[in-house]
Amino acid sequence: MSQPVSTLPLCEARVAALVAGVVVIGAGQAGGRAVETLRAQGFSGAITLIGDEPDPPYERPSLSKEMLHVTDQETIAWVQKPEFYAANKIDFRPGTRVAAINRGQHSVTLEGGDEIKYGALIIATGARVRHLNLPGASLQNSHYIRTLADSRALRQRLVAGSRVVVIGAGFIGLEAAAAAVTRGCAVSVIEIGSQPLGRVVPAQVGAYYEALHASHGVKFYFNTSLARFHQRDETVIVETGTGDMIPAETVIVGIGVIPNAELAGNAGLPVERGIIVDEYGCTADKFIFAVGDVAYHFNPLFDRHILLESWQNAQNQAITIAKNLTSLAGAVPYAELPWFWSDQYDVNLQMFGLAEPEADCIIRGNPKTKSWILFQLKSNRMICAIGMNAARDLRPARDLITMGAVLKSEELADISVPMAEILRREKRERALVG
Amino acid sequence: MSEAANFIKLCAVGDVSQDLPFRAQLEGTDLAVFQIDDAYYVTQDLCTHGPGSLCEGYVDGDEIECPFHQGKFNIITGKPTAAPCTEALKIWNVMVKDNKIMIDPASGHVATP
Ligand SMILES: Cc1cc2nc3c(=O)[nH]c(=O)nc-3n(C[C@H](O)[C@H](O)[C@H](O)COP(=O)(O)OP(=O)(O)OC[C@H]3O[C@@H](n4cnc5c(N)ncnc54)[C@H](O)[C@@H]3O)c2cc1C
Ligand code: FES
Repeated sequence: MSQPVSTLPLCEARVAALVAGVVVIGAGQAGGRAVETLRAQGFSGAITLIGDEPDPPYERPSLSKEMLHVTDQETIAWVQKPEFYAANKIDFRPGTRVAAINRGQHSVTLEGGDEIKYGALIIATGARVRHLNLPGASLQNSHYIRTLADSRALRQRLVAGSRVVVIGAGFIGLEAAAAAVTRGCAVSVIEIGSQPLGRVVPAQVGAYYEALHASHGVKFYFNTSLARFHQRDETVIVETGTGDMIPAETVIVGIGVIPNAELAGNAGLPVERGIIVDEYGCTADKFIFAVGDVAYHFNPLFDRHILLESWQNAQNQAITIAKNLTSLAGAVPYAELPWFWSDQYDVNLQMFGLAEPEADCIIRGNPKTKSWILFQLKSNRMICAIGMNAARDLRPARDLITMGAVLKSEELADISVPMAEILRREKRERALVG
Repeated sequence: MSEAANFIKLCAVGDVSQDLPFRAQLEGTDLAVFQIDDAYYVTQDLCTHGPGSLCEGYVDGDEIECPFHQGKFNIITGKPTAAPCTEALKIWNVMVKDNKIMIDPASGHVATP
């Protein structure tokens, strides 16, 4: 971790936060972690957490995983127990939308017209699902998965014997497909690209997931666009660009998300897909911060701005920024290696770093089995590691990537050499040199 | 602590290493046996955040990092040390005798925050 540095703008925000309080817009994972951290750090000023969902902050990953597999039990990972907020003097306002940010007045306007003053403002509005723009498609005949309500509604429909069409072979679509087929539905997945997960992982991993789903009976339509939906009583008939007619009782759409950056944009803050912030989460206004899915943030490890839609980023960016807002020791930049996971059937995927199309790929273990790893190297330095059911062996890759260690591909491919051993050696060599 | 009468064997010393905790069983519940230098510690195996098995996790000094979401616990106290974990692990008193790692089942407790 880098040394804390004192940044003058943050000092002003810190003082303002103490005097006039912190307002957090968005009670999702990042918003929840931000307020929890403020109190854990001993922040004694006022805290208001405003969220338009009816529930206190929760983690979304189970919505497309555990939640869809059963209907008699709910797996909800609350960020904190619902009673936490009142007990910690956090003014939590569920079911409340912020309509505008008034930078001049240091206030936000709620949808009902009320105004709330802030000393420091944290925008944690996350992202919303991208809707299909297609003749015949509507919110009545297309299921999206972003909220608890979405997941509750969808899981009631995944009854054995029914037909399910999933649009988009990204992580969320595939997790839903796995749940549906496991529950006995007949599942088809329609994807515009040539393989699953095309945008985020190398071809070998996509091919692995294609085979995994096919072995469970999922039918794929690749390179396939959509023409329209036809509604026939309770059935939706999905007409593809090539004229295929695929009937379904349930259509699930997972075609990506759009950051909720409009509030910031309307307040004159620079937006590029997400809200532009520096490595301290600070926007162009020194009293306003953005974290989580909505933050197009500068990451010193990559020396550029990135937008992440991940659980780890929502949690850890919020924690870092909230600590900086309260710590007298100075500020620490948020500079984490991205980490992501997905659970489908009995396969847990974990990924460190960001995959790049032109990097070298090295396979460790056998992709025909349930446990193997793909490393990506550039100039012999690891940039990305993706493991299937290999959490422990994969974990040292995180440090190997951030260290910039120069590695040999033959050694990485050799499963008889534990990754932990490679890491220990690299650390030793560094200690000797350093 | 009373003598061996209450202690039951979980595994042999050789079953555990610093890097590789051992999964033992106590009345149908999974336990994690850890080695830190010359000492041994026992905690519940199931993470308090979700389905992660701590035996499959990554040992870093006196902390165990959950393989699921990288939450962390102090192995010695069971207390959570990194998000998303907020609840402590149950831990047991350990005794090592004749190369056997043993615990007193009745000693299981959760540290108060
Ligand atoms: C189904 C699903 C599965 C996922 N699985 C994984 C996974 O396996 N691994 C992984 O790493 N990541 C996963 N993710 C991604 C992860 O959940 C997100 O990255 C994370 O939730 C982002 O947190 P956030 O707080 O930034 O945004 P959000 O969780 O979206 O929270 C933002 C909140 O702000 C509210 N809001 C927006 N505008 C306003 C306003 N004007 N006023 C008041 N409130 C407002 C929103 O309604 C929302 O409640 C998954 C996401 C989904 C949807
Ligand atoms: S299950 Fe252990 S950190 Fe989530």
